[in-house]
Amino acid sequence: MSKILKVEGLTKHFPGRKHSLFGKRDIVQAVDGLNFEVETGEAIGLVGESGCGKSTTGRLITRLLEPTSGSIEFNGKDITHLSNAQMRPIRADLQIIFQDPYASLNPRHTVGTIVASPFRIGGIEPEGGTKKRVQELLEIVGLNPEHYNRYPHEFSGGQRQRIGIARALALRPKLIVADEPVSALDVSIQAQVINLLKDLQKQFDIAFIFIAHDLAVVRHFAQRVAVMYLGNIVEIADRDTLYSNPKHPYTKALLSAVPEVDPDAIGSRERIRLTGDVPNPINPPSGCRFRTRCWKAQEICASNPPELIQIGMSQVACHFPE
Amino acid sequence: MSNFLEVKNLSVSFPTEDGVVRAVDNLSFTLEKGKTLGIVGESGSGKSVTSLAILGLHKGSSAEVSGQILIDGQDINAKPETDVRLLRGKLMSMIFQDALAALHPYYTVGNQIAEAYLVHNKVSKSVAKKRAIEMLDRVGIPNPQKRINDFPHQFSGGMRQRAMIAMALSCNPSLLIADEPTTALDVTVQAQIIDLLRDLQKEFNTAIILITHDLGVVAETADDILLMYAGKEIEYGTVRDVLQKPQHPYGWGLLTSIPRLTGDPNKSLAAIPGTPPSLISVPSGCAFHPRCSYVSRVGTACSATIPELLPVTSGAHHLVRCHLDATAREEIFKNQVGPNL
Repeated sequence: MSKILKVEGLTKHFPGRKHSLFGKRDIVQAVDGLNFEVETGEAIGLVGESGCGKSTTGRLITRLLEPTSGSIEFNGKDITHLSNAQMRPIRADLQIIFQDPYASLNPRHTVGTIVASPFRIGGIEPEGGTKKRVQELLEIVGLNPEHYNRYPHEFSGGQRQRIGIARALALRPKLIVADEPVSALDVSIQAQVINLLKDLQKQFDIAFIFIAHDLAVVRHFAQRVAVMYLGNIVEIADRDTLYSNPKHPYTKALLSAVPEVDPDAIGSRERIRLTGDVPNPINPPSGCRFRTRCWKAQEICASNPPELIQIGMSQVACHFPE
Repeated sequence: MSNFLEVKNLSVSFPTEDGVVRAVDNLSFTLEKGKTLGIVGESGSGKSVTSLAILGLHKGSSAEVSGQILIDGQDINAKPETDVRLLRGKLMSMIFQDALAALHPYYTVGNQIAEAYLVHNKVSKSVAKKRAIEMLDRVGIPNPQKRINDFPHQFSGGMRQRAMIAMALSCNPSLLIADEPTTALDVTVQAQIIDLLRDLQKEFNTAIILITHDLGVVAETADDILLMYAGKEIEYGTVRDVLQKPQHPYGWGLLTSIPRLTGDPNKSLAAIPGTPPSLISVPSGCAFHPRCSYVSRVGTACSATIPELLPVTSGAHHLVRCHLDATAREEIFKNQVGPNL
């Protein structure tokens, strides 16, 4: 299989507050040295808690943000520092679906205009005309093609998310970054959208980077899962390995914190309760960033940051993996 | 044991330009001290409107509230706003979903916790301050002597939620309403807050109403579940009844549509088709019938008459509002729903 995306040492540091006139500026280390690859047509999940850098990663890959260092290779081409104009032809293959279906659609544009915008911006005339193609797209995502002339406010949250998906599909991309595509939706609608994305992925052989905080949702979508903590990837493994045999203590804790729906299963599960909150990314802990909340932490964890290494079927960044 | 909270035939509607929004329609339930009731439903099902009505917070708005809300024998709905104000905080209290919006940005966290205590107790400011420190310590904020002087923006999301819990519990209320208390939080912090609420309930014997859309959170905390759809209760019973032997097609749909950590991840989720109805024009008959897969088994009754809330089997405490008869429900659950759970 060929690689559609290769990320090496990807880092994003945002400038923070300056405490005095001549003092040093704070640096928010949002993403710090990510390495991972995505195969053609593969769905990879990116999970972690808020502030772990998963959305920043999505925006770096789609080049909505400029990386501080590292490299992004998409479809065999280095796109790390391309200008907007240079990115334009590439965006046909690299699309994004946003979290908030209310903020990501222009309220003054009709659905037809919104879904047709990739054609307009890319200067592409689809076969059979734009209107026909847009109506096809609306049908693919399960909307009524006759709603072409309606405005976003006439649709519910789930339907709006479908509009966003149609827009992302318009140019038949090879990779879609889906940034929390279902977290703003009601449970019954969530399942509809997950099923839709899964069908589209299979039907059009699109690679997905599925960003989410909900481990159960990711399990139903991704074939491989990367767990992030405070700007680092702490574990990557294929889905079954990660969920049945988590190696990093953080992955283990995260899995055990998911509430169980079956009342009988609640007592039988091992519970790990992490104390405290995620530390501030302005001043992350030395060594392993998880050590301040880890029950296994020892001296080495404070002095040496662990590398992501292969252990069995998983890649883990931990001095004392399970 | 007697029921500490009794809600009888509660209806709340809002007149708007487009018509009357019937947010809550003829709702009845009870709750004992030391127990937790989970009210579950999707957005717009009337969960939050119910909780605001119990706190008497619709008074002074355009909402029309009818029915009885008896807390410890006192009807909140019949009392004037000034009387309810004296009860709020002491008898019943609330924690909100968005702690950053619920806390005042201009006052320190300590000030805001002490305020409620000062209103209900004739004590000096220094005693109230001590109480604030004690409460912050109790909810697990490290270094409370120092942190009471912090402003809300200096707290993290989980800490703000803890501070709000401290504020709500400062006067030992007998009834606590938690409106989506963990929705805005990360899973690891959510687990901490759930544990905290459970410990505090044991300690103070508080009755808790937990409003949420997350069936996992309810399963871990509640004793009873009230399932709401379009302003009506459609299923009511113990956690085990409602989650293990659900009787309403909407409950089946919810349980089979949530992604889980167990089961076959390659199978597509059994989603509920369609979207929740608008509360201005609620579908006739059973409000769920346009989305229900089993309407054909009943016939025209589903769209013609509103089913009554009846015991699943005679005498049972497990109530359901559905036209399907008991044998049909059992058969569907066994053959079509069970395998997808």
